[in-house]
Amino acid sequence: MATIELRKVEKKFGDLHAVKPMDLTIHDGEFVVLLGPSGCGKTTTLRMISGLETVTSGQIFIDGRDVTWAHPSDRNIAFVFQFFALYPHMTVWQNIAFPLQSEGQARANIEKRVQEVARVLRIEHLLHLRPKALSGGDKQRVALARALVRRPAAFLMDEPIGALDADARETMRAEIKRLHLAQNATTVYVTHDQIEAMAMGDRVVVMSEAVVQQIGTPAEVYYKPANLFVARFIGSPGMNLVRGHYADGIVYLPGDNRYQVPASWRPALQEALGGQGEVILGFRPEAGRLSSEGALAAQVYASDLHGAYTMLHLSLNDELIHIRTERSQGYHPIGVVVRFDILSDMVRFFDPRTEKAIRRVGSGSPAEEVG
Amino acid sequence: MASVELRRITKRFKAVTALNGVSFDVKEGEFFVLLGPTGAGKTTTLRVIAGLERPDQGEVLFDGEPVNHLSPSERDVAFVFEQYSLYPSMSVYDNLAFPLRSPLRRMPEPEIRRRVQETAEKLRISHLLQRTTAHLSGGEMQRVSLGRALVRDPRIFLMDEPLSNLDAKLREALRVELKHLQKTEGSTTLFVTHDQIEALTMGDRIGVLSRGHIIQIGTPEDIYDRPATTFVAQLVGTPRINLVEAHREDDTLYISDSPVRLPLPPGRDVPPTLLVGVRPEDVRIHAEGEFLAEIALTEPLGVETILHLRAGKQTLLSIVPGMTDLRVKDQVRFSILRERLHYFRPDGTRITG
Repeated sequence: MATIELRKVEKKFGDLHAVKPMDLTIHDGEFVVLLGPSGCGKTTTLRMISGLETVTSGQIFIDGRDVTWAHPSDRNIAFVFQFFALYPHMTVWQNIAFPLQSEGQARANIEKRVQEVARVLRIEHLLHLRPKALSGGDKQRVALARALVRRPAAFLMDEPIGALDADARETMRAEIKRLHLAQNATTVYVTHDQIEAMAMGDRVVVMSEAVVQQIGTPAEVYYKPANLFVARFIGSPGMNLVRGHYADGIVYLPGDNRYQVPASWRPALQEALGGQGEVILGFRPEAGRLSSEGALAAQVYASDLHGAYTMLHLSLNDELIHIRTERSQGYHPIGVVVRFDILSDMVRFFDPRTEKAIRRVGSGSPAEEVG
Repeated sequence: MASVELRRITKRFKAVTALNGVSFDVKEGEFFVLLGPTGAGKTTTLRVIAGLERPDQGEVLFDGEPVNHLSPSERDVAFVFEQYSLYPSMSVYDNLAFPLRSPLRRMPEPEIRRRVQETAEKLRISHLLQRTTAHLSGGEMQRVSLGRALVRDPRIFLMDEPLSNLDAKLREALRVELKHLQKTEGSTTLFVTHDQIEALTMGDRIGVLSRGHIIQIGTPEDIYDRPATTFVAQLVGTPRINLVEAHREDDTLYISDSPVRLPLPPGRDVPPTLLVGVRPEDVRIHAEGEFLAEIALTEPLGVETILHLRAGKQTLLSIVPGMTDLRVKDQVRFSILRERLHYFRPDGTRITG
């Protein structure tokens, strides 16, 4: 299989930066997800790796070979798109066999390989059908099979399940991951869906406005977001971010709330803020704990059932925060004031001027240690 | 605000029966969600209530009075669509004021201004009033569309997938705001969606619609905890409910192709084969679990991790909090929360004790 390396790869369309210079090394057998909202540069990055798009500057290496100017067909990669480009007049078998036939492979070999990939993707029973008889999910399985059949060094996938309905997406997400575990092919996968990125990726490259915001494992981007963008974008809902003022170990928050900063954070805050100043306090919805003796108070804005749990939406003056609660914790009517605490190992701080996370040296808790 | 009642509404389009004896009621001040897949008849139901479609059979009542003979404008309902229907050359202010300036209302301008400003505040768009709508983001446009419905103070709000065009983050934010607004205003709202999470989170009650039939009506808790059919069970909840075949032998239920054994459902009328539903959060991993499984796949989502457990030839999904250390091919033990099991007959209907 293959390693892929991007060195200072950049793409401009006229004066407009589609991708600002980025470095990325994708290891052999790794599943890397390029994640971001539309227009962030993720698809352009993928297309540059594939050779469908030229780079403005920088270099791309596949297995140590400089392919920056190599033709797409000379890169030994397979591309899977959101829209299953299947030949409607051919059967599933013929669609899958096509890449091998055009390479002039022997009939017996083709037969064997098509059966193999059809088994992996569980579409053996569909081989005689034409694409129009298939469901969306099955069409995408066929498209995957066709990419797989050539044993490429790497797979590039551009929102391959974005057009499917929620149910089929959930199923295909797991199937593509299972396929990856079985084949161990280096994969670069583009999506705007953070759930997909977290669920599938060994590592996630979070992009926004042509810039890489963070590269990390799902645990890293979730627990230790590098900046406010990543904190908001990852998670559903994203991280609670409340603006306050730090002084003498306390963050003064809206609604006359005072948050006592854990001792382990104080040196870092002192240093980052120069003693005192504006700071943004961050915590994930599951890090908030309702408690009648809680140090913080907020008013219930809405509360709703998500199935296995409920989400409590609270207003701290004008800022809305979200706390995940057990269903057994009961119903909280709008307007009522509730008290809560924040699990101290799940608290994060950001500098509002730079929008970057404030880091501290050394750590203790498991949530801190991830990655 | 008014209450709405539909009595045995049937609507055909040539050979296709879009609605087949649909009955439900939306109480005054209630947030009622009609949930179903594409083609279920959700939009047709809204159009019948608005007076844009005439039912072939059945009655629509507002506050107990039949309205079948009333024209759409006489019904005084406000419709919010998936696609924002705003006047692009007008300012946000004029878009909001437009329904109030209708010759039928003859509302004086100061009153219009008061109402527009009040509505804009509720929807947090006061700062946008002077902009033309062409320069707004998708989320802002949908707020203005909602504002234009709200400003009129109609008898009923009808909303047809108003959040579907927005990206995930905006949808989440507007969902919460819309719910808050509906509760504090007490407006009677019928909201149509195919998105189960919108239905669970926003509705006071949910009506599940499939192929022109109402399958179940209940609170979000009813629908999630006591689904009437396998269709409803699979429609709500992510990840999806585990639904497995089982057969009865004496006092035990054997889950097909797996070592899992479960107690029989209560009651006498238990068929020899049935379907068992287990929500992923009710599959619990712990050291003293009754059953053995191998982890086939892990999907870390941050707040929780979905585990695919291979027990025999069955794969069951389980949810554990946070990021787990468990890896593919690890052996684990698990139990199933018995009091949370769902039993269905082979035809998909729920077996209740």
